[in-house]
Amino acid sequence: MAQLEPLLTMESVGKEFFGNRVLSDVTFSLGRGEILGLVGENGAGKSTLMNILFGMPVISGTGGFEGKIFFDGREARFSSPFDAIDAGIGMVHQEFSLLPGFTVTENILLNRESTKYNLLVEVFGDRLRTLDRKDMRRRAEAAVSAVGFSIDPDTLASEMPVGHKQFTEIAREIDRSHTKLLVLDEPTAVLAESEAEMLVQSLRGLSKKGISIIFISHRLQEIIDLCDKIVVLRDGSIVKETRPAETDIFQIANLMVGRNVESAAERRRSMASTDVALDVDKLWVDMPGETVRDATFSVQKGEIFGIGGLAGQGKLGIANGIMGLFAAGGSVSVKGRKMRLNDPAASLASDMAFVSEDRRGVGLLLDESIDWNIAFTAMQVHDKFVKKLLGGLVKWRDDAAMQAAAEEYIKILDIKCTSHRQRAVELSGGNQQKVCLAKAFVVSPEILFVSEPTRGIDVGAKRLVLDTLKRVNEELGTTIIITSSELEELRSLCDRIAIVDSGRISGIRPATDPAPEFGLLMMGGELPETGSDIDAKGGDA
Amino acid sequence: MSGPCTSKRFKTSDNIKHFLISNSVPIIFIGLSALAIPVSGFSAAYLIQEMLTRLARNSFLVLSLLIPIMAGMGLNFGMVLGAMAGQIGMILVTDWAVVGIPGLVLAAIISMPIAAVLGFVCGNVLNRAKGREMVTSYILGFFINGIYQFVVLYAIGIRGMIRIPFTGIDLKIPVTNPQLVLSRGYGIRNAINLTGLRHALDNAVQFDIPVGGASPFTINVPASTYLLIAAFCLFIVWFRRTKLGQDMRAIGQDMAAADSAGIAVERTRVIAIMTSTVLAAFGQIIFLQNIGTMNTYNSHDQTGMFSIAALLIGGATVSKASIANVFIGVSLFHLMFVVSPMAGKELIGQAQLGEYFRVFVSYGIIAVALVLHAWKRYQERERARRDLRGEA
Repeated sequence: MAQLEPLLTMESVGKEFFGNRVLSDVTFSLGRGEILGLVGENGAGKSTLMNILFGMPVISGTGGFEGKIFFDGREARFSSPFDAIDAGIGMVHQEFSLLPGFTVTENILLNRESTKYNLLVEVFGDRLRTLDRKDMRRRAEAAVSAVGFSIDPDTLASEMPVGHKQFTEIAREIDRSHTKLLVLDEPTAVLAESEAEMLVQSLRGLSKKGISIIFISHRLQEIIDLCDKIVVLRDGSIVKETRPAETDIFQIANLMVGRNVESAAERRRSMASTDVALDVDKLWVDMPGETVRDATFSVQKGEIFGIGGLAGQGKLGIANGIMGLFAAGGSVSVKGRKMRLNDPAASLASDMAFVSEDRRGVGLLLDESIDWNIAFTAMQVHDKFVKKLLGGLVKWRDDAAMQAAAEEYIKILDIKCTSHRQRAVELSGGNQQKVCLAKAFVVSPEILFVSEPTRGIDVGAKRLVLDTLKRVNEELGTTIIITSSELEELRSLCDRIAIVDSGRISGIRPATDPAPEFGLLMMGGELPETGSDIDAKGGDA
Repeated sequence: MSGPCTSKRFKTSDNIKHFLISNSVPIIFIGLSALAIPVSGFSAAYLIQEMLTRLARNSFLVLSLLIPIMAGMGLNFGMVLGAMAGQIGMILVTDWAVVGIPGLVLAAIISMPIAAVLGFVCGNVLNRAKGREMVTSYILGFFINGIYQFVVLYAIGIRGMIRIPFTGIDLKIPVTNPQLVLSRGYGIRNAINLTGLRHALDNAVQFDIPVGGASPFTINVPASTYLLIAAFCLFIVWFRRTKLGQDMRAIGQDMAAADSAGIAVERTRVIAIMTSTVLAAFGQIIFLQNIGTMNTYNSHDQTGMFSIAALLIGGATVSKASIANVFIGVSLFHLMFVVSPMAGKELIGQAQLGEYFRVFVSYGIIAVALVLHAWKRYQERERARRDLRGEA
């Protein structure tokens, strides 16, 4: 490979979102025909970096970025993705942007169709040119073979296996005759192993033709097999730039997760008994963006059970599916009794409560006051805060009891508000989260699902939320299932942690296991294990 | 090899079920017609004549609905805007006493800019109501109907109703024919006789087919109207193959993906609605020349409802419609229309019941077709969920 001058150079690129630093001093370069592997945890800054490179409006709309980017010998400061495309950067996204009813040809050439002249063009303009199907087919076939796979160009996208969709997306970028740099964001996340292998082959082929590639993946083995250069991002800065020959999966996983501090649970397992509180068998959940395909696990009574994994792999879907918020199937038993799925009322009635990751949408009635928000579920499901007249014929709201409960929780959870009548929408994120927790506590559930409890709240509130969860678990014996993107948070709180990858549980480990172990599970570095941990439920099903 | 084999067999029965589900509406209507035709006692020749007349009368209007469906905007209830524009053209041409084909062409020329402006307004409103196009265009139809009624009731006439203060100038569109204008001097009468325009297009080229037998009968074919409809169909087929048509198909499937490929989504959607509205104006002109009279205040209302009902009966959905759907739908819908009053009379002794049935059917079918569409989408999602777990 000719190393005349690098195709892409980033010089101390940084970015702040509203005073929140997400990238700082990112410097690297990429030669022509080189393949760069970009790895990092969720929130490490990978997507922000790519958004900057691609000139996404989200960057310029929030004050631009620091540093300099040179592409193809010139300073690049793209104001829109179309500028980036014109300059020769192609991007293949994680979620497909293929049109289901279009053929391979039509998808590859979307908005770049070959056309023919006809007389009406003179009157109505160029958009009335007719399509030149023959030429389109020829171009599509050329692009497809350049990517190195074979498919009938007349196949509809809706009838293709996912692997072929991915190849079609890449072929679409290749058809732009001048594509010099291809960015692939998690291209293999949805692929079967053989398909991923084919993709790796075809990317190698492309790089031989002089196309540079930035390959973002959480499958570290692929990164090592494919890339010429590996850049590890953590908390917005590059922690390591290395070559595959000089490293191994374990080292990269370690670098990504970082924080060698062993903050993991020094928890005593005094509360946990051998009784099974929740038994989940072959659960699937159709939650957009967080699809759960096949999850099997069981949680013991009094346990704090963590569910971790990367974004989009399905960890959030599990709690949402069990609570009936998204279509689900499989079987879920609570305390040995099978529960009806797809019915939120049934889930709530089996003494479960849910603190949703979607605080403002699912968690709160934004325009209602704090006391109403806290009492709402309890009132609906458990008939609390209700005065009965005429032997229950007429039900009355018990405002005094609601106020008392609200004031109690405001005190316990330190909710900063003007009074219990303040509307939820006026509270800060952290205080809204506390209201959500109070709403769940007030029904005194036996099993409490908490999703992303600390997302978007400040450090002080974070501590308080986590401590409260811990206290509730210790004092009341509530079984808590906590879903979080932050591994350290899970490790400091939980007894056991399940890692979800591609909609399946890739492993369940005690929280005291070293962090890189979990890192590997997240990165698909290990096959799903059906070992002793999962079978811990024993024969009491 | 047993794996793919069993899955293939599974697929065939699945495909038959899928076919029945996706064509449930026309199948129900073919069944209803099969029951009602013998009961009504109409002769085949009579029914064929009726269908030929009604196909010529309505097809153009229904065809005008296809382009917005292609662009993913659903059924364009806003076509009544075009119908109103067409009617204004007809009123003026009747007043100016331009007759025959030139009259129709002039009416089309007058209605075109009006329809284009209304379509432009409609398209821009719908761009602010993405995903709710149908209900928005339906309500927009009511709103524009108010403006239309204001114009034909107050602003058209021998003398205008509205006088600009201090100038003595009347705000009016001059129409002098006393047969058109209400006796108070402004406003158009409710029923207008389109004498000079009646059958102007239908009779331009036409021929009769004599049918012998016990009761001799001649079937009249308005060939010129059919030629125009055929030209329109060819236009649609050709349009689908243009760049603009391809862009509309892309937008119809996934607006976000089309946008990220650099297609001007909003502009294209406005073009789709404008085209449809202008074509609906032409359609209404063809419709009115066949009927020969015009209900100033009602004709356009029925136009929208009946065209949409016909298209849905033809097996179209809010997201997919073909030319075949148009002709099947118009035939089936109007077959029910012709047959049901007579069938009602024969069965219960009251033609009124059949009349009631017509209206009931046209509204009912829209409701049923929309519900079936939602149900079908649900079925398809369920089908997709089967693959969720992969091979397991």
